[in-house]
Amino acid sequence: MDELLYFLQQTINGLTIGSTYALIAIGYTMVYGIIGMINFAHGEIYMIGTYIAFIVITGLAMMGIDNTLFLIVAALLVSMIVASAHGFAVERVAYRPVRGSKRLIALISAIGMSIFLQNYMRLAQGSRDKAIPNLLPGGWEFGGEGFVVNLSYMQVIIFVVTLLSMGALALFISRSRLGRACRACSQDRGMANLLGINTDLVISMTFVIGAALAAVAGLLLGMYYGVVNPYIGFLAGLKAFTAAVLGGIGSIPGAMLGGLILGIAEALTGGYLSSEYKDVVAFGLLILILLFRPWGILGKPEVEKI
Amino acid sequence: MASQLLHAGFSAGLTFLLGASVLGVELRSQGVNTIVAVEGPMTWLWLGVAVVIVFFHQLFRPRIEALRRRTWGGSRFSLPPLLRNHAQRRLMIALVIGALLLFPFLAERSAIDLATLTLIYVMLGLGLNVVVGLAGLLDLGYVGFYAVGAYTYALLNNYFGFSFWEALPLAGIVTALFGYLLGFPVLRLRGDYLAIVTLGFGEIIRILLNNWTELTGGPNGISRIPKPTLFNLEFSRRADEGNIPFHEFFGIPYDPSYKVMYLYILALLLSLATVYVIYRLMRMPIGRAWEALREDDIACRSLGLNPTGIKLSAFTIGASFAGFAGAFFAARQGFISPESFTFIESAIVLAIVVLGGMGSQLGVILAAIAMTLLPEIAREFNEYRMLLFGLIMVMMMVWRPQGLLPLKRPQMELKRG
Repeated sequence: MDELLYFLQQTINGLTIGSTYALIAIGYTMVYGIIGMINFAHGEIYMIGTYIAFIVITGLAMMGIDNTLFLIVAALLVSMIVASAHGFAVERVAYRPVRGSKRLIALISAIGMSIFLQNYMRLAQGSRDKAIPNLLPGGWEFGGEGFVVNLSYMQVIIFVVTLLSMGALALFISRSRLGRACRACSQDRGMANLLGINTDLVISMTFVIGAALAAVAGLLLGMYYGVVNPYIGFLAGLKAFTAAVLGGIGSIPGAMLGGLILGIAEALTGGYLSSEYKDVVAFGLLILILLFRPWGILGKPEVEKI
Repeated sequence: MASQLLHAGFSAGLTFLLGASVLGVELRSQGVNTIVAVEGPMTWLWLGVAVVIVFFHQLFRPRIEALRRRTWGGSRFSLPPLLRNHAQRRLMIALVIGALLLFPFLAERSAIDLATLTLIYVMLGLGLNVVVGLAGLLDLGYVGFYAVGAYTYALLNNYFGFSFWEALPLAGIVTALFGYLLGFPVLRLRGDYLAIVTLGFGEIIRILLNNWTELTGGPNGISRIPKPTLFNLEFSRRADEGNIPFHEFFGIPYDPSYKVMYLYILALLLSLATVYVIYRLMRMPIGRAWEALREDDIACRSLGLNPTGIKLSAFTIGASFAGFAGAFFAARQGFISPESFTFIESAIVLAIVVLGGMGSQLGVILAAIAMTLLPEIAREFNEYRMLLFGLIMVMMMVWRPQGLLPLKRPQMELKRG
């Protein structure tokens, strides 16, 4: 019984982390689906989102506002707006000018942007860890005499907010005019352009949406862990990318699935083997999936056109 | 004009939002609490200046660009050919090598030490240049091979007592083997996947080194790695049993700078060997195939080249140079730990290759010198080093993706229009 409860606890923890990976992974997968490049700086956008959320929460708390719901909603909105602005600016400055060139050139530009943003934040905000207090302490406990499964309120909030954001994204993609333009661009950008779709606008919107979702993940993970530093974006970005590839890059449901699988795999490794090798699992999984099924679980194999 | 004004206003507003949100306020730790501090008036003043600049730049952008086109025209900046014939070039190379060999006898000890470090980056840059510049494979885990080389020497010495000269070729071979084993499965993948997989590989190597404490000493690293010897002559004050110190053999007083000079000359010889080997490789069919594959994958396959095999050779050869550099690094430092092999190192070497002009050996060498010397010359600059590296990578890709000193090939182009 205890064994089962322990497994349940690890799965809950894994789903929590995994759902935030999924939110970040959507940014990778949407950009890849439309312009076929890896937005290497996406992890840094997530890091910036976390910082902004922390600044808003701390600032409002200093003004004497202690309504938790208000704090979270305000932090969510502001960090989404600021992160979107960053995503938009990054695309304009570093990606649009190199869009027509080779893949390698766009990728190096993206890596440069990632290094730049990380160090820019380090210089602006300092390299030390910054902490916020837990806004939602407590949770539900259930289980037997030996092992008690703990489901904190924070974890529930993470699930709920993730589900809501993904639902909103799905509605946007499937129902709105711009969402339809997005789908058209991902099928054939040149043709979409000929049919009067403003592809530049669609690409900008893709970056904005991806960044906003990364900011949501930033707020949630930031509140879950309680600390932020300028270096969190690198690993989170890599893992989210792994999630995107795992689910099939270019596919939005794939990113969600990939994030959850990766989260659970990590939590189980951490729980049963050793937490030091948690990160190795993510990379190992990435290498394996690329070897045997590079198009991922839900993706379609790419056909090379000559 | 109205749309132009709107656009400029939007850009200025965006600049303000970006600047104010990150630079204008700062999270500070105060005891156990975290507070938000608003920056002083100077920061806001600079932000205001930036906003105004962006506004006017965007407002008059069409005119500024027209002006630039008129003044600079379409002509691309390139170096005038310095050396016209073969003999002149040989003489020049001989002079440069001679000057480099004389350098340690004239310079200060700290300068020689810095030059040695620069030469390690030259080696790394040249090795990565084979993979990224010539074969067009983006390798973000190059530091992983560097680490393998360094740990090969350190571990072989620690457990089996191998000397530097015995371990050096082994370090190259072991690293090449790692490159082969990693490259074999992943080189069939498309380019950008390769980049991420190599990045993951670099991280895996570092995590393994950090956690496999019984073998590698974990985060404490390995210390007391012996320095290279000159035909078993040691450069320390007292030699280990069976060996003779350098100064006793020649009957001269002990001077610690002999060791520094010897390391420099060793690094120089290794770098020259690297330059020469890669120079020859570039002119062999395999080197031509690397570049052909980079330019057009499909055409190469149509002509009967095996892309996986060719990529694999570039990847393996590039890795082995990192292995040599790593073994030398371990010997020079005398101490290595996983901390020396983070992603930042990969990024620095990549920045060197990108800045130098992908594929161009001279460019890479000059870029390596610039990238290691600049932070040393301006100490305050050190803080901004990585920021500038990132910026340089973006700006190079946007404005001069072929690098500062691109590889020149005899070519003809049809004039358009």
